[in-house]
Amino acid sequence: MKAILSGIWSNLRSMGMVFTHSWRKRDTLMYPEVPIYVPPRYRGRIVLTRDPDGEERCVACNLCAAACPVGCISLQKAEREDGRWYPEFFRINFSRCIFCGYCEEACPTNAIQLTPDYELGEYRRQDLVYEKEHLQIDGPGKYHDYNFYRMSGMAIAGKPKGSAANETPPVDVKSLLP
Amino acid sequence: MNAILEFLTAPAFVAILVEVGKGLVILFGMVIVAALLIWIERRLLGLWQDRYGPNRVGPFGSLQVVADMIKIFFKEDWIPPFVDKPTFILAPMIAMGTLMLAFMIIPITPTWGVAPDLSIGVLFFFAIAGLEVYAVMLGGWSSNSKYSLLGGLRSAAQMVSYEVFMGLALMGVVMQTGSFALSDIVAAQKDVWFIVPQFFGFCTFALASIAVVHRHPFDLPEAEQELAAGYHTEYSGMKFGMFMVAEYVGVVLVSALLVTLFFGGWQGPVLPPIVWFGLKTSIFVIIFILLRAALPRPRYDQVMGAGWKFCLPLAVINMLVTGAVVLSNP
Repeated sequence: MKAILSGIWSNLRSMGMVFTHSWRKRDTLMYPEVPIYVPPRYRGRIVLTRDPDGEERCVACNLCAAACPVGCISLQKAEREDGRWYPEFFRINFSRCIFCGYCEEACPTNAIQLTPDYELGEYRRQDLVYEKEHLQIDGPGKYHDYNFYRMSGMAIAGKPKGSAANETPPVDVKSLLP
Repeated sequence: MNAILEFLTAPAFVAILVEVGKGLVILFGMVIVAALLIWIERRLLGLWQDRYGPNRVGPFGSLQVVADMIKIFFKEDWIPPFVDKPTFILAPMIAMGTLMLAFMIIPITPTWGVAPDLSIGVLFFFAIAGLEVYAVMLGGWSSNSKYSLLGGLRSAAQMVSYEVFMGLALMGVVMQTGSFALSDIVAAQKDVWFIVPQFFGFCTFALASIAVVHRHPFDLPEAEQELAAGYHTEYSGMKFGMFMVAEYVGVVLVSALLVTLFFGGWQGPVLPPIVWFGLKTSIFVIIFILLRAALPRPRYDQVMGAGWKFCLPLAVINMLVTGAVVLSNP
């Protein structure tokens, strides 16, 4: 008898408790209508950035392609007349990309960066292969002041050896007389 | 020619036409309400599970039913080669037909209702509920599939055992009224609803009615997790749709019956009868959906045990006490 009464009570109680959910906030995110928040460091669509002077940051070192676990990056090095290196083509196959961010970690010039944009849907698979003109953006991305050629010892036209930041001029070994 | 015209305009014939028209309105109204219930149930389940449910088609998703209907009408109506064809086709027709037929005894308002004065009203409902078992049983048996058969078996046992005390639970109401006709039962509740003197009758009848339309938590015949879909596993297209709509027609029917038998039917102050009837019925429909949202499904032996060991004695005691009281106050 007691078991029956307590059973009836517990059933009624759970019905009441479920009924109070009528006024509860719903967990559903109304995604396409209401954009959802993604953190600034979210790893989404990959971009190629430019340095503060507006030049391409990428020096076509191939480290990103080497670091990529699924091998979705391919590029070809070329050299400008002023001595700067740049990728002749730069291709990311987003149907393979797993957005691990290893390319960003490997990049010595902060050129390749992942952005919080995740809306990459396409109707044709081939449209997911992004060429350099799709990847290249006009800004510096996350690193506003970084300019690889101003930091490295690499000599290019207009910036001889020893004139980079934190660099001393090269020592003339022949003048080192006792 | 004149004779035909005279026949067609005779008051008796016009009265029959009007009655048929009313019947058709009730029939279609009920089918539409039952179809809409599919959407209402999904929305309410969503509300109680902190989500939205279908909200894309039309305002608040209310045209979801239309989309579902279009889809289900154009689906392939596949009859598997191993089924017993005539019975397989017959079963969904019985399911929908019997339940819709049962709606004719309900007095919706004092003037609306197909046959509320039927002198065997309550008995007619029991007969219909008995026939409705055939739909599930034939559906499960003719499908020639183990899940369907198990579902059919379960539902046959469940419905038969719950119909036993469903009848007994209502006998209190019938004794107090002195009539099986539902219009008389409604009229007898002018002063006090039967929920007050017949509380245990109401409890047992409500439980039995859930079991008879096999809604949650007594939906063992179609327990998705154990039996795929129970007796309608092999059905597709509109035949499945008929089982589906029949389930919701059953919900409306049982809610309307509960209102008529225990909550004064269309009676109520100020508002017109149709509003009262609709309001009370929809509250019960919502409670049915709340039951589905809140309660887990009991084990099969627990269902049978609750029926035979608890509800049947309660209904019998209720009947005996009511009988004694009615006899001692002639």
